[in-house]
Amino acid sequence: MTAHAHTIDAAHAADQGPHDVQESRAFGFWLYILSDLILFSALFATFVVQMRSFAGGPTGKDLFDLGYVAGETLLLLLSSATYGLAVLAMQADRRTQVLRWLGVTFILGLGFILMEIHEFHHLIAEGNGPNRSGFLSAYFTLVGTHGTHVTFGLIWMAVLMLQVSIKGLSEPVQGRLLRLSVFWHFLDIVWIGVFSVVYLLGVMQ
Amino acid sequence: MRRNFVRTAGALLALSLVPLLSGCSDLLVLEPKGPIGEAERALILESFGLMLIVVVPVIALSILIPWRYRATNTKATYAPHWAHSNLIEAIVWLVPALIVGALGVLVWNSTHRLDPYKPIESNAPPLEVEAVSLDWKWLFIYPQLGIATLNQLVFPAKTPLTLRITSDTVMTAFFVPQLGSQIYAMAGMETKLNLEADKTGKYLGENTQYSGSGFSYMRFDGMATTKQDFDRWVEKVKRSPETLDQTRFAEIEKPSARVPVEHFSSVTPKLFESIIAKYMSMGGDKTMSMPAAGQDSGPGGMNMAIAGSEGDPDPGSNPAGTDATATSEPSHPATDHDATREEN
Amino acid sequence: MLGKLTLSAIPFDNPIIMGAVGISVLLALVVLGLITWYRKWGYLWSEWLTSVDHKRIGVMYIVLALIMLLRGFADAIMMRSQQMLAEGTSQGYLPPGHYDQIFSAHGTIMILFMAMPFLVGLWNVVVPQQIGARDVAYPFLNSASFWMTAMGAMLVMISLGVGEFSKAGWTGYPPLSELKFSPSTGVDYWIWAIQISGVGTLLTGINFMVTIVKMRAPGMTFMRMPVFVWTTLVTCVLIILSFPVLTVTLALLTLDRYLDMHFFTNAMGGNMMMYLNLFWIWGHPEVYIVILPAFGVFSEVVPTYSGKPLFGYKTMVYATAAIGLLSFSVWLHHFFTMGSNADVNSFFGITTMIIAVPTGVKIFNWLFTMYRGRVQLTAPIYWTLGFFSTFVIGGMTGVLHAVPAADFVLHNSLFLVGHFHNMLIGGVLFGFLAGYMHWFPKAFGFTLNEKWGKRAFWAWLVGFYMAFIPLYVLGFMGMPRRMEHYTDPAWQPWLFIAAVGALIILMGIVFLAVQLTVSIRDRHANLDLTGDPWNGRTLEWATASPPAVYNFPVTPIVDGLDAFWEMKRKGTAYRRPEQYQDIHMPRNTPAGFVLGVLAFVFGFAVIWHIWWLVVASALGMLITVADRSFNDDIEYVIPAAEVERTEDERRRRMEQAAQQPAAAGATPQPVQV
Repeated sequence: MTAHAHTIDAAHAADQGPHDVQESRAFGFWLYILSDLILFSALFATFVVQMRSFAGGPTGKDLFDLGYVAGETLLLLLSSATYGLAVLAMQADRRTQVLRWLGVTFILGLGFILMEIHEFHHLIAEGNGPNRSGFLSAYFTLVGTHGTHVTFGLIWMAVLMLQVSIKGLSEPVQGRLLRLSVFWHFLDIVWIGVFSVVYLLGVMQ
Repeated sequence: MRRNFVRTAGALLALSLVPLLSGCSDLLVLEPKGPIGEAERALILESFGLMLIVVVPVIALSILIPWRYRATNTKATYAPHWAHSNLIEAIVWLVPALIVGALGVLVWNSTHRLDPYKPIESNAPPLEVEAVSLDWKWLFIYPQLGIATLNQLVFPAKTPLTLRITSDTVMTAFFVPQLGSQIYAMAGMETKLNLEADKTGKYLGENTQYSGSGFSYMRFDGMATTKQDFDRWVEKVKRSPETLDQTRFAEIEKPSARVPVEHFSSVTPKLFESIIAKYMSMGGDKTMSMPAAGQDSGPGGMNMAIAGSEGDPDPGSNPAGTDATATSEPSHPATDHDATREEN
Repeated sequence: MLGKLTLSAIPFDNPIIMGAVGISVLLALVVLGLITWYRKWGYLWSEWLTSVDHKRIGVMYIVLALIMLLRGFADAIMMRSQQMLAEGTSQGYLPPGHYDQIFSAHGTIMILFMAMPFLVGLWNVVVPQQIGARDVAYPFLNSASFWMTAMGAMLVMISLGVGEFSKAGWTGYPPLSELKFSPSTGVDYWIWAIQISGVGTLLTGINFMVTIVKMRAPGMTFMRMPVFVWTTLVTCVLIILSFPVLTVTLALLTLDRYLDMHFFTNAMGGNMMMYLNLFWIWGHPEVYIVILPAFGVFSEVVPTYSGKPLFGYKTMVYATAAIGLLSFSVWLHHFFTMGSNADVNSFFGITTMIIAVPTGVKIFNWLFTMYRGRVQLTAPIYWTLGFFSTFVIGGMTGVLHAVPAADFVLHNSLFLVGHFHNMLIGGVLFGFLAGYMHWFPKAFGFTLNEKWGKRAFWAWLVGFYMAFIPLYVLGFMGMPRRMEHYTDPAWQPWLFIAAVGALIILMGIVFLAVQLTVSIRDRHANLDLTGDPWNGRTLEWATASPPAVYNFPVTPIVDGLDAFWEMKRKGTAYRRPEQYQDIHMPRNTPAGFVLGVLAFVFGFAVIWHIWWLVVASALGMLITVADRSFNDDIEYVIPAAEVERTEDERRRRMEQAAQQPAAAGATPQPVQV
């Protein structure tokens, strides 16, 4: 009899209930973040190797405007804070608040991207595009890859806002919001690295 | 199965005897003609010997054990619950570890001893040659003698040969199997190689790093001669009607394969340095000519661009100077190879 | 409208290529025609192409691997025959431009489109069952990963007839692979085929790691997992940590080629040495990614056919983890000759040797598993025995290369080519073929023909040595790799022997095909009615062959190593449960297939600069993923009554098997416990 009961319990335990599914999705997502961290590490390593390869062109000191970058940083860090507030609202099951805070986060993130696009456009228009030197190739690619990730995050955020408004805060939707939160905060951390290694080190020569 | 086994083993054995039948002199790497190559052959044989300590028992066991304990051999002991032995574990971890330890010491010592950048000790002053790989031939410049050749590297035996190597095209590798080490040739950078031939003779020279459609034809003749023959050869080259000036070099740069040997009785000074500098100058790609192109290049323009390998760079004047350090050092960034680069 | 693509992209003037294209197209038409004739499109679509069942996906992966083995081998035969002929005045039959594509395709295909799909296929067929699970953690991602890989392979195949493939080797070193020196679409085909399949591989790594960590049956602690599961787990870690580096490396080359950037260019601040470092930081773990699963296969095959548990389970696990860890510390040994100083070269030479220690331990452990066992000399054991000598010789030549000063005279020669083929064929391929023959009945319900399996083995073994021993000799004779022509008559006899060896390997491949054909023809006489044809030790042998879609009607409880062996010993293996439960399974979906096709279109469009199509296909992929995320109806229920019916049917087959005398010759007699 014991063996039988044992078997039935096990069947329920192993048959993944909705909560187990979310837990395994979270774990898998963390593994994805790990792989993304490796991706950025390779880009950082590339940047460090090429950070003085100016090919007779401009240096970071010539090009970077730390005030402007501080503005971008502010937007991004604030957006992380507002996302945190969205998650708190989610945990309090307050759907409208979730949508509001996600909306603010989206606008802040979009502001960051627009500032970055403006920065890139300005550099390219002046002939200091990524094809000018190894240093500039590495700069545009590292910062641009981060910006691309943020953009995909914004697209994901828009899709999730749609899902929240249509389906409400179901368990799968909550799981997705939490995973996007991990992604968004991760991008913040990468930005701190970018800010320090690219911009701060770049102007100090 | 047993018959198949024996037949196959016999065939393999017969096959392995074939090398003994062929002339051993064809095995260039095992018939070196200089101190570097000899040291490397000794290294190969020593390492091989050390490894046989493990490899022979393993291969023997991999035949004996399955054979003896095959299921149809019911005489053999069957111990279906035996799956652990501390003694065996200790042996299989420790013995290979000890061998690896011995090999590690061998590696450390031999790698330092046979560093391509290390000059060869000798009473004779070294002969300097600058080698440039092109598509798909080799240019050899003799800066001390003011001559150059295509696809022919002649040098006196028993004299150290110091090569400075670069590429005017993609990544290639300079290799004379019977003299020893090969090393990559890369544009915008300089690698160094020190070799010596003990005996006179003709030696195969080649490129081992695939570099495009003419790769198979990047052969050159390496020839070690007596001192007198070398001087005679230099005289012969100096009588050649061909000279290697900017125009001629521009022609040579164009892709071509199966290029016959050519001698140049004079060479543009600092040609080697200017080839490297080309890749470090501002805005230059391969087709852009050097700063002093079209004229007889004075040293002035070149020196700035290659600051870092010659004197002190003019601080702040040419950012390419900092470039030289970053891109022209092929060694690990943490350790400096060339003493003359210390100031950077 | 069509970017750079014009009709002139098709190499009408090259009869060899047009012949190959013709044959491929013909074969494809025959296959498509047969499917249409037998009206199997519906079945194919609903049961295979849209399947999220790991068992089906696994089979598709292995089918892909075997097809690509044929393509990669065709390249090999062409190289051997060209080299045999092209001495002195003879130019052979392949001009450099063509020969260079062939060796580039050969390497790319064999590593990334034969070995990788093969091992992922084995994972899919085996791992969920070995841990007592019903599926992998992300069945939809599993399907998408397969299609990404298949479409990457498609890009390589299409490059034959539309445009050309890369001529820069499977490693694609710049500056040769930069636009300046490789202006055609060849390198772009290479880049995008790898990038697209690389996404699939990364997702697979995550998928299987989560599966193993989170979905093991109750009682199966980490130290009770089969070694094949351990090797899978460590390999997944290697994938997650190394593949992003490859993605970055190729992306940087792409940016150089498409947007005139200067990561690896000759001038303007580019640094080609950085490419070699980045490439091999991925590249070295990659070779461990392909060998560890093969080691896992041997760790299953040897104990099963020796009637004994694996010797030294704990040290096998530690050795696997050690190999995984150390694999990140050796990458510079791929370019000792790039001019690093002696300290750096020595360091990496020593780390490379250290890795040989845990590898050697594994070999001893397999040998001591057979020691005092009752070894049935089955086809999988033949492959294992062939592996021992061949791989060990390869390891020896590897340690030789690990001595930097020795490498200085052997690097980039045919000696190197001999070394890595000893490892890749003797280790990886022999291991995968052993796994293929070992687990075939589990996937299809009937065993493979032993006789032809053994014939294939002998042909491969003899052919391998004949093809590669001459290469070691040629390396000592100074012959570099990748040569399409040479002028040393002394080299030719060896290349002739090597070509004959390649023909013998061709026989081996033919014998594999014969084995499959004969086995299908004779399948009714060789049915695996019990699900356990080899008297196996691990849980995958507890399911039916082929298993029900849910694998286990009731999740097993594990209380030791070799879980199934224990259950058989205690008599609990086939107990009928008192009550069956409803089982939730994931629904099939076309989304994975659609994603793959869109990825193919995206890759093709980027290669040919058809920008509107790039945008459209990218958008399509985004929409497919978003749409999938809106879909809540992704599971279905198998009612308990249906489970009961399926299991009762299985019991009937088992009773049928118990009454039958064992079929002569086809399957080995299981040793009684």
